[in-house]
Amino acid sequence: MLKNYFKTAIAVLRRRKFFTFISLFGIAFTLTIVTVLAAFVDNTVSANYPEVHRDRSLYITLLKQENTKDQGQWNSPASFYYLDKYVSTLKTPEKVAISSFFNPTNAYRNGRKLAVNLKYTNAPFWEVMQFDFIEGKPFTEQQVANGERVAVISEDTKRDYFGNAASVAGQTIEVDNQAYRVSGVVKSVPVTMPIAHADMYVPYTVSKADYRQPTLMGNYTAVLLGRSEADLPAMQAEYAAVVARVKPEAKGFDVFKSNADPYLSSFLRNSPFGDTDDGGVGRAMMAGALILLLFMLLPALNLVNINISRIMERSSEIGVRKAFGASGHTLVGQFIVENLILTFLGCCIGILVSFVAIQVINGAGLINNIHLTINGTVLGFSLIACVVFGLLSGVYPAWRMSRLQVVQALKDR
Amino acid sequence: MIQLKAVEKTYRTDTIETTALNGIDLNVAKGEFLSIMGPSGCGKSTLLNIIGLLDTPTRGEVLIGGQQTTQLSDKQLARFRNQQLGFIFQSFHLINDLRVLDNVELPLLYRNVSARERAELSKEALAKVGLGNRMKHFPSQLSGGQKQRVAIARAIVGQPAIVLADEPTGNLDSAMGNEIMDLLLQLNEQDGATIVMVTHDELMARKTHRLVRLFDGAQVNDHYLKNAYA
Repeated sequence: MLKNYFKTAIAVLRRRKFFTFISLFGIAFTLTIVTVLAAFVDNTVSANYPEVHRDRSLYITLLKQENTKDQGQWNSPASFYYLDKYVSTLKTPEKVAISSFFNPTNAYRNGRKLAVNLKYTNAPFWEVMQFDFIEGKPFTEQQVANGERVAVISEDTKRDYFGNAASVAGQTIEVDNQAYRVSGVVKSVPVTMPIAHADMYVPYTVSKADYRQPTLMGNYTAVLLGRSEADLPAMQAEYAAVVARVKPEAKGFDVFKSNADPYLSSFLRNSPFGDTDDGGVGRAMMAGALILLLFMLLPALNLVNINISRIMERSSEIGVRKAFGASGHTLVGQFIVENLILTFLGCCIGILVSFVAIQVINGAGLINNIHLTINGTVLGFSLIACVVFGLLSGVYPAWRMSRLQVVQALKDR
Repeated sequence: MIQLKAVEKTYRTDTIETTALNGIDLNVAKGEFLSIMGPSGCGKSTLLNIIGLLDTPTRGEVLIGGQQTTQLSDKQLARFRNQQLGFIFQSFHLINDLRVLDNVELPLLYRNVSARERAELSKEALAKVGLGNRMKHFPSQLSGGQKQRVAIARAIVGQPAIVLADEPTGNLDSAMGNEIMDLLLQLNEQDGATIVMVTHDELMARKTHRLVRLFDGAQVNDHYLKNAYA
């Protein structure tokens, strides 16, 4: 049966080449966009260099203080003081990395201004994150405690600041009017990974702001690394117990909230989706699926129109098939399968084009250091999108066609 | 084999009502070869479509092999047509995108028949109509007579009890028409198939067992040409 459907589908595709071209172009173009977007989302959300342990990590990116009386709310990242006092002391994590969000600053070299994103970190940051050191090494616990002006710089910063110098470890870099000795150079991280990304990493103890100030809100995040994924619930429970004891600091505020979440939830927590147990991941995925569906709807409707006109050309065939024993359901099945074959062909072309598009995007440096790939997850997602697209564009024409009366269908030849 | 009781068919639009069949009572015995004649628009094809369960009567009953058919669902009708009926159309209605063998296989596609068995049965049917050497051809590569032979092979491949032919020689010259008629007669005599044929051709009709004439949707004459079924 499927072989017969396949033969018919291929014959129909070959019969009206212009329609086939329009259909395949629409499907391939849509699938290309979907695949590239999926590759981007996968790159942003999945465990990638240097955050390779996301599966056993929890992120604390936000504190919330609420005034339930006046419906007031104050959301902010944590202070170093808070994270040092309440998070570094947790027993269940293996390690706790504390780092600031990157701060844009400037450096000057040969009269040229360089934008440098500066990040303050503690020493365990280098153990939680798995950076590739091109040369040198990270700064140590002792250097952090001593407040030494040492820095780990990115490969991009090395190139921009030092030019083609072979080795820069031990040399001095001046940023934000402060001189730092380069301790190491790491492979650059794209800005789409805000916890790990910076052009230059320095000890939190050299920050101009007073990191000891006993306040809750600030500009720091923490990454809690468990020994395994199984440790995460215990880490979350321990942190929840700690949070329960913290009192809001702002006047009139009576509720303090903070969560240790997996990577994606930690960012969605502050979004309109975030007020759920899973940190809004489910709702965000639903919203994403809905947007994707709407995005695919327009080309799908176009394909529906083409399919209807193609199917109506085949009314005689429909009449014959019904006369010889095909039920309406069988014909719906046949035309959906045929449309899925067409969609699958378009999908294959779309994925090939996506490979090229991704190479172009990676090469063009639209986002520095991002390296999109089509892995199994992205490929799987594209195939699911392909099936959804095939069903979206195939079900209605197939249903309409199955409603044709045999006698009418045979007369319409 | 086929029983029609007071069958009426009326087509209605917003402004007009047209009676295509008016009180048709007809019994066709097993193995009988019946021809239906009448002027254009008298309801011949409508009658054949109702017998073939391709259309439903407005009133009356249609029994095939003793089975009441008017209450059957779309799925049951499809199965019934597949197992009991074979169709031959004036304009062949072959699927141009499929090769001859695939066209003939069509009725078997909707039964649980393996691909191998489908191919074997289809080859046998094609051999019976003298087209064993045209299996790989597409319909567009065949003459009108050859196309109608393929259509006959398709109609008989599932060994249906009844073959319904709607002006099977209407699009063919007399020589081709005679060949097709001989095939149908052979099918009736050797395989015992019950055949109902609509035709405009008196000579062809006179070769069958029985001739029914219609006029304005009514049965005006029922004449046995061979005594065996009288």
